[in-house]
Amino acid sequence: MAAITLIEAVTQALAYEMKHDPSVVVLGEDVGVNGGVFRATQGLSEKFGEWRVFDTPLDETTIAGVTVGMAAQGMRPIAEAQFEGFIYPMMEQIVCHAARMRNRTRGRLTCPAVFRAPWGGGIHAPEHHSEANEHLFTNVPGLRVVLPSSPARAYGLLLAAIRDPDPVIFFEPKRIYRQYKEEVPDDGEALPLDVCFVLRDGTDITLVTWGAQVKETLEAAEQLAKEGISAEVIDLATLTPLDFDTIAESVAKTGRCVIVHEAPKTAGFGGEIAARIAEECIYDLLAPVVRVTGWDIHTPLYRLENKQLPSTARVVDAAKKTLAAG
Amino acid sequence: MPIAAKFEIEYLQYMDAEGKLVREDLPEFARDTKQMVELYKLMVSTRVFDTKSIALQRTGKLGTYASCLGHEATHVGIGSSLKPEDVLAPSYREYGAQLYRGVRPRDVYMYWGGDERGNDYVNEPARHDFAWSVPIGTQCLHAAGSALAFKIRKEKRVAVCTIGDGGSSKSDFYGAINVAGARDLPLVAAIVNNQWAISVPRKIQSGARTLAQKGIAAGLACIQVDGNDIIAVKKAMGDAIERARKGDGGSVVECVTYRLGDHTTADDARRYRGKEEVEDAWKKDPVKRLRAWLEASKAWDQKREDAWQAECDEWMDNEVNTYLETKAQPVTAMFDYTFAELPADLVKQRDEAMALEKGAH
Repeated sequence: MAAITLIEAVTQALAYEMKHDPSVVVLGEDVGVNGGVFRATQGLSEKFGEWRVFDTPLDETTIAGVTVGMAAQGMRPIAEAQFEGFIYPMMEQIVCHAARMRNRTRGRLTCPAVFRAPWGGGIHAPEHHSEANEHLFTNVPGLRVVLPSSPARAYGLLLAAIRDPDPVIFFEPKRIYRQYKEEVPDDGEALPLDVCFVLRDGTDITLVTWGAQVKETLEAAEQLAKEGISAEVIDLATLTPLDFDTIAESVAKTGRCVIVHEAPKTAGFGGEIAARIAEECIYDLLAPVVRVTGWDIHTPLYRLENKQLPSTARVVDAAKKTLAAG
Repeated sequence: MPIAAKFEIEYLQYMDAEGKLVREDLPEFARDTKQMVELYKLMVSTRVFDTKSIALQRTGKLGTYASCLGHEATHVGIGSSLKPEDVLAPSYREYGAQLYRGVRPRDVYMYWGGDERGNDYVNEPARHDFAWSVPIGTQCLHAAGSALAFKIRKEKRVAVCTIGDGGSSKSDFYGAINVAGARDLPLVAAIVNNQWAISVPRKIQSGARTLAQKGIAAGLACIQVDGNDIIAVKKAMGDAIERARKGDGGSVVECVTYRLGDHTTADDARRYRGKEEVEDAWKKDPVKRLRAWLEASKAWDQKREDAWQAECDEWMDNEVNTYLETKAQPVTAMFDYTFAELPADLVKQRDEAMALEKGAH
């Protein structure tokens, strides 16, 4: 078994599910012969034909609306927004229809669709190609928001997302698309949705993060370890519905928590986690919860974009201050 | 100068405002008097239903309601053109089409009466149709997606969406006809041009001489019909649907009609349109003209009219009573359809809401 990158794991999951379920189709811009601008759908058109790997006209509204229609009539469509910054025209269809089709019709019609998008900054891309906007979806009832952070989790979570009977936003952290390879068996085994993954056990502090920021957070935990600080690292993986129990258990053990995310701070999803900790675990805390996030600004063009992404040093610094605080 | 391409839009009408035929080549269904009587009866029952709905709203028994007064020929013409296996994606006013497909008046009352169960159509073929789509135009893409699903599965089915004159300004409409044209999807978009999008008249929606011609840009077959002439509507829709079913591509059918009532019960059309215009529109009433034609053909008379009106009254009263007697859903129902299986956090919130109901807090 060859080791594969995160983007190859996405392709592997799409191919597996398309092979085993004829109702699964992929649609979007350039997903066909070109295999997607990041090559997520590489080779699928040759394998499954132009109707199941469907190049749409260049209109995101069309992609999203057609996806809702197909899903309501028995297909399992996987729509691709070419970049997360182009998902906004899709939002009306996602919020007004995909997320509420089941509720509106009391379960008569449903929307088992996946909306995939390369997500986040750090690849020196033009404007609108580098956003962290997951928080715009986490407040929408009826939606799942999933962000894998490794090849194995990309494979297992995407399979789960496709099989899920409800709509899923599947954001793929493009900065780590090809960061490293790992062996991912193509066995069709899905990972559970709605579950956080504890990537590193620790006893002194809990570091909560998701997406590409898992990389810096794990690096920070490694640096802290060298200084004798034992950090637990939790990858949310599914932001909503949130598995808060895993966070609560960790905070009960460590009494300290730093939340790391790339999106702007105000009303970012870190605020929800901090609020839940305040509501449900405040007596476990030995120090205030700290958020290390992007600033409340638009993602800068690429000469400055790394100043927006939380660095390993910022995470380490925040952890140390938290440890010193109580 | 050489011509790169040339187009024209045909206009179809069989029956004028007086119920007189303007052309003799009647389609086969129109020669079947029995069938025409059935269509007429549904147009009448749709109007009785609509009158009842407005009365219910005025007496505080129904929420905001969008009347279909004046659209009966267009709506019944559209609804009766689909085969059961086809799919309808309506906006929020096409009751005549939906009643034909098996939606019950009580379902409509339930929906406008604030209860999602109104969208849970029990009767086929409506059961696989889309529910009312309130965000304007968005349903067109659901029909296009259905059409794509049919094409991928090699099913001989057609998806039909209805859209208003205002809705034909939306990108969703353009997107739907565009993808249908590009990929020869079995989609028929019926534009119900009732001249008014709340207070904005047709001429402000578009500089196009017809709305049908929007389909030309998408590569679809296009036609404009007298939307108050059910024969024209049904003929054009039927042809478009069968053309799509054969794999020969989609269509745009513009049905020119008039919204005789307010936009909804929350609207007062006197604020923006003149009395004379509405009086003129009443002269083109689709129900009156079909009745005149049927009576001239000796297929209908006052006695049958009275009997059918009485039957409709009884039917609608029964539907109204069923609606009024239906208890509100339990508070748990507002949680239960958010996901196929409720996530743990939502179960907690549901429990909390249930406890509030029981007065535990």
